[in-house]
Amino acid sequence: MNTKYMNPYLAGFFLGLVLLTTVFITGRGLGASGAIKSVVVTAVDGVAPAHAENSAFYGTYVGPGKESPLKTWLVFEVAGVLIGGFLSGLVSDRLKVVTESGPRVSKPARWFFAAVGGALFGAGAQFARGCTSGAALSGMAVLSTAGFVTMLAIFGTGYAVAYFGRKLWL
Amino acid sequence: MGPFVPDIISDQLNLVVALILGIGFGFVLEQAGFSSSRRLAGVFYGYDFTVLRVFFTAAVTAMSGILILGYFGLLDTEAIYVNPTWLWPAIVGGAIMGVGFIVGGYCPGTSVCAAAIGKVDGMFFVGGGMIGVLFFGELYPLYHNFYESTALGPIKVFDSLGISQGLFAFALIAVAVGAFAVTTFIEKKVGKESAPSLSFTPSKHYRAGAFVLALGILFIFLPDRKAHLISKVSDPAYLSQHPAAAMEPDELAFRIVDNEPNVKIIDIRQPEEFAKLALPGSLNIQLRDFFGKDWILPLSQRHVKKVVVGNDEVQEHIACSLLQELGYENLAELQGGFDRFNKTILSGSPFVPTGSRWDGDVKQFREDARSTILRMIADNKNKGTREPKKEKKIQGGC
Repeated sequence: MNTKYMNPYLAGFFLGLVLLTTVFITGRGLGASGAIKSVVVTAVDGVAPAHAENSAFYGTYVGPGKESPLKTWLVFEVAGVLIGGFLSGLVSDRLKVVTESGPRVSKPARWFFAAVGGALFGAGAQFARGCTSGAALSGMAVLSTAGFVTMLAIFGTGYAVAYFGRKLWL
Repeated sequence: MGPFVPDIISDQLNLVVALILGIGFGFVLEQAGFSSSRRLAGVFYGYDFTVLRVFFTAAVTAMSGILILGYFGLLDTEAIYVNPTWLWPAIVGGAIMGVGFIVGGYCPGTSVCAAAIGKVDGMFFVGGGMIGVLFFGELYPLYHNFYESTALGPIKVFDSLGISQGLFAFALIAVAVGAFAVTTFIEKKVGKESAPSLSFTPSKHYRAGAFVLALGILFIFLPDRKAHLISKVSDPAYLSQHPAAAMEPDELAFRIVDNEPNVKIIDIRQPEEFAKLALPGSLNIQLRDFFGKDWILPLSQRHVKKVVVGNDEVQEHIACSLLQELGYENLAELQGGFDRFNKTILSGSPFVPTGSRWDGDVKQFREDARSTILRMIADNKNKGTREPKKEKKIQGGC
């Protein structure tokens, strides 16, 4: 698998340009966790619509006369991320079904931890109204206090607990 | 002037735009190597600083771009979405996510990228993310008060710190350059041959850093475009060098009575004064609203003469000059301001003969105009107040 990635400064510059273009054209920034939320809301509404409507959390997104939560900006954007990521993998010969993990971690264990990490991110992003892309990165670009607070909380905590997770990666 | 949503780009087209921008986002993320959990986790263990470099560079690039576009009036910075702060939920949520980063090795955006190229751990992360949202939603009543607590609104970080926007921009750039320098130094010490930045000679690094810092210093001195332009046109020297075309009250009255479509009255008085008494068909626009996108349409029609009406001529002259500086054309100010128009036409005070042979006609005209215009004003009031075309605020976030 080809691991010749782009120079990080250049990649960061391009990422900044994509974000800038997004703000310039649409007036909003990028995001990711919101799309996952929309999928979950749609699923809950599909399985138990009454429960969804009555819930304080799901209720704002579903109900009679409301459009599907999947017909939102973020869902379309994340669909694009899927496509874009795939295209990049295709162009750079990185398409491969594989499980990546630290040297001391087995595949099933890695799957478990990935799922737990994802769940933590999914829940945490609700509290913070966004993840590293939506709240932190986009927030920093527009100089919002929320952006910087969230960024510092994510990375600060990450560094604080890194020691306890060292067996996962080192 | 950006943003182009929702006027030029409809909400439907915006979805297509989202898809295209997402493709760019995903492509760059994967090109940067963010589809690899080991690479992402590296920033926390010091063996790979890609995350720091990409993240900081992207934030600084986008921030600088927004500031520069805003300064040149190409982007309406008041119209863009600023994510609001719920202080403690942001901290707690961020902390939870920080743990998730160490445990999972991804964040939502990068996990989607990884899943896209076949990384099974990325797929598990996305699945886990959905479970996380589900748990959050089901247990929501337990903490919904906390979720809504410490809501501070869309505050800006430099306001929270009590410094100017330009100074903060420079500080962020300085911190970024410093972080790059420190991490490059650490990499050299650890002897990582494969790190891409080591292909740069040290002098190239210093020069790049110095260049970026210099650009950053410019931001400190970047004046707020609004304040800068307003002070420029308020300068008496400027005003004397740029006289504005004037329209007499009689002429305006005639054009109102005649229902002339190619005249638009721009009333710059305070909303309270406007609500009390205003000329028919006039738009109430304050000076600060000249800069944004809200009123571009009525102001930019070149065949329509925009007559600026204020309390006095100086106020009108400043407004006219400002509009001209912003590129608008075909402007005029009302001689004597609203006060004189009110006195001569609307209030019915006794006609002051000038001794010309037209006095009789002018007197008659003014009386007729008075009744007509007052009737028009009353009709407008009955129809309901004309709401200023307030743009729907752009929604963003997650």
